[in-house]
Amino acid sequence: MANSYDYDDASFDSRYARPPSSGQGGGAAAELIYDPNFVPDSVKTFVVHLYRHIREKNVYEIHQMYEGSFQRLSDRMFRENPWPSVEAIAPYVDNDHVFCLLYREMWFRHVYARLAPTGQQRVESWDNYCSLFGVVLHGVVSMQLPNQWLWDMVDEFVYQFQSYCQYRAKLKNKTEEELQLLRQYDQAWNVYGVLNYLQALVEKSAIVDILEREKDGLEQFTATDGYDYEGGTSNVLKMLGYYSMIGLLRVHCLLGDYHTGLKCLGPIDISQQGVYMIVIGSHISIIYHYGFANLMLRRYVEAIREFNKILLYILKYKQYHQKSPQYDQILKKNEQMYALLAICLSLCPQSNIIEENVNIQLRDKYNEKMTKMLRYDDEAYAVYDELFTYACPKFITPSAPVLEESLINYNQDAYRLQLKLFLYEVKQQQSLSGLRSFLKLYSAISIGKLAAYMEVDESTMRTILLAYKHKMHSVDSDGKIIPNADIDFYISEDIIHVVESKPTKHYGDYFLRQVLKFEEMISELDRVKLD
Amino acid sequence: MGREPQQVSYTVEQLVSVNPYNPDILTELENYVNEQVSSQTYSLDANLCLLRLYQFDPTRLSIAIVVRILIKALMAMPAPDFSLCLFLIPEPVQADEQIKTLIVLSHYLETARFRQFWDEAAKNHSLLEVVPGFEQAIQAYAIHVLSLSYQKVPRPVLAETINIEGLSLDKFIEYHVANSGWVLEKGTGRSQLIVLPRNEFNHPGLKKNSSDGMPFEHITRIFPVLS
Repeated sequence: MANSYDYDDASFDSRYARPPSSGQGGGAAAELIYDPNFVPDSVKTFVVHLYRHIREKNVYEIHQMYEGSFQRLSDRMFRENPWPSVEAIAPYVDNDHVFCLLYREMWFRHVYARLAPTGQQRVESWDNYCSLFGVVLHGVVSMQLPNQWLWDMVDEFVYQFQSYCQYRAKLKNKTEEELQLLRQYDQAWNVYGVLNYLQALVEKSAIVDILEREKDGLEQFTATDGYDYEGGTSNVLKMLGYYSMIGLLRVHCLLGDYHTGLKCLGPIDISQQGVYMIVIGSHISIIYHYGFANLMLRRYVEAIREFNKILLYILKYKQYHQKSPQYDQILKKNEQMYALLAICLSLCPQSNIIEENVNIQLRDKYNEKMTKMLRYDDEAYAVYDELFTYACPKFITPSAPVLEESLINYNQDAYRLQLKLFLYEVKQQQSLSGLRSFLKLYSAISIGKLAAYMEVDESTMRTILLAYKHKMHSVDSDGKIIPNADIDFYISEDIIHVVESKPTKHYGDYFLRQVLKFEEMISELDRVKLD
Repeated sequence: MGREPQQVSYTVEQLVSVNPYNPDILTELENYVNEQVSSQTYSLDANLCLLRLYQFDPTRLSIAIVVRILIKALMAMPAPDFSLCLFLIPEPVQADEQIKTLIVLSHYLETARFRQFWDEAAKNHSLLEVVPGFEQAIQAYAIHVLSLSYQKVPRPVLAETINIEGLSLDKFIEYHVANSGWVLEKGTGRSQLIVLPRNEFNHPGLKKNSSDGMPFEHITRIFPVLS
């Protein structure tokens, strides 16, 4: 009989104890006997209650169980093992097909988060998503699920796709068994399937129409957080459709197609409050990818603005998420966005566009690196390289591996291409930083004199001036020219006249927000009844 | 095939927006590239869609088509379309000689090295002549950059930037004086100055004060409060 572990959990069962050969106490990495068919009482209770809450459409309770109980049980009992298999728990939930799909989705997510998924498990998870999305797309789902769960589904779907692309691009050390699996299940996580599922969810949910109608006041969506409190119709397809737009943005960024990614996000207006803000994970994911895409499109000011807003938001509200399972992810993305902000501000310096608190954090982390980047020497490129590598998405090679030839690892190819093109862009902007520092010193200067200071001939000087203008004016999606630089100029024959742009203060926007905020406060206070 | 070009492009654009992740439309997209070349039209979305499909299935990649897409993208400058396309083209393909040449040409244009650009373009005439309208498109880009930068540009600078000299340049300037609001002036010495039309980029006074412009729908949000 195995020794029992010293847990304070009453439902702990000896089947999770270590075999007698292992040492006393914790820490030793001995083999835990995992029986997928064994269902501890706490899991029994968990699935029974969750199933009931889903049937009764008690979204609040579902959320508590999903975020709270599931994590607690995972922490206590499933640190090194998967949850019981779906076949084992099915009898407790009337063998409900949809519930089993949901349970399996959580099951795989847990394996990815805490353990290392095998090739077989990766493929099975793909099958599960196909079934789950298939059911949802058929429109037969009537439940209401918490937005957090629905976001996690889409987020995890894209994550597992990215993970699989990385996995199957590392061929060098694969066993024959693993290679055979890749050959046999060559359709698993194929890029067409992934994109088409996301696209189908967007289309079938008619979410774009819903958002359009909402603008005309014909639909309640944002106001009810996507739920249907009165009618009780399902929010699942709608919200999956909504979150799939963000999923598409993310996948396109992973492929290096920034233009189409931003297009997929088009229906969501990030300058306004929206459903994307409800789940902090979705809010961060949108802004991170939006900002990154704009950085690669040279729309620096746009990227800086959005990073600034989200970093301020995280600064204010991260304390409320300390206990949440997403906390680590939030912190990681936070750090990455500071790195991207540092890059943007080095390529396109701005004054007074960053909130004070964000600026303090930024200088704290990256002041030295930003100074280096502005110098444009060899060390500068090393810093750009370092920050880009740290902060960029995990780019993927979407094509299926060729398993007949020599087996190499090519999982880094996509990232190396994006990095190379990015550094190439940085190099093209090399002389601009020097020009800018000179322009700051003068209100007017002749081309000849400036050329002498910058130690180039006049013809090269004109070239640098034109290049500055071109690089510092980006083209937005409508073809409009947007100025980005804080220092600008115009040339009359051969005199350069320097123009410093004043940052625009959006008073109107500010007042609007305050009016609405105070109105909300007043109506809250009105509701307070004093006995 | 007997179909009018207008009909075909409508169908392709529909495909790209409704069913883009579909390997079966690859051939149609390739045909569409050739059509863009011959009819001097352009569609970034369709071309990105095709480059994505090439990415998904590299065995079907056609260098000739990629070259055409890249040349069309160059012609779209100042839009960053060329970079957008490069992001989707695998490194081994970018090592192709023709594509390397196009990357060099793009580099010159991005850094406003117009003289070097025209020299290099002349050396690769055979590569570029497959796409009609190339020269004019680059000249339009050149004038765009000049308009961002200059109120008054000396004639030799203009000449070098758009690669036109002598009598042809006179005719060119005449045309734009008549149609685009250019004005000729005398500069210092005996040089000719071309005064470019005023815009917000070369005339700081014209910069639109967009600071407090707000879309009307934002204001409607506080109507309930005001009443």
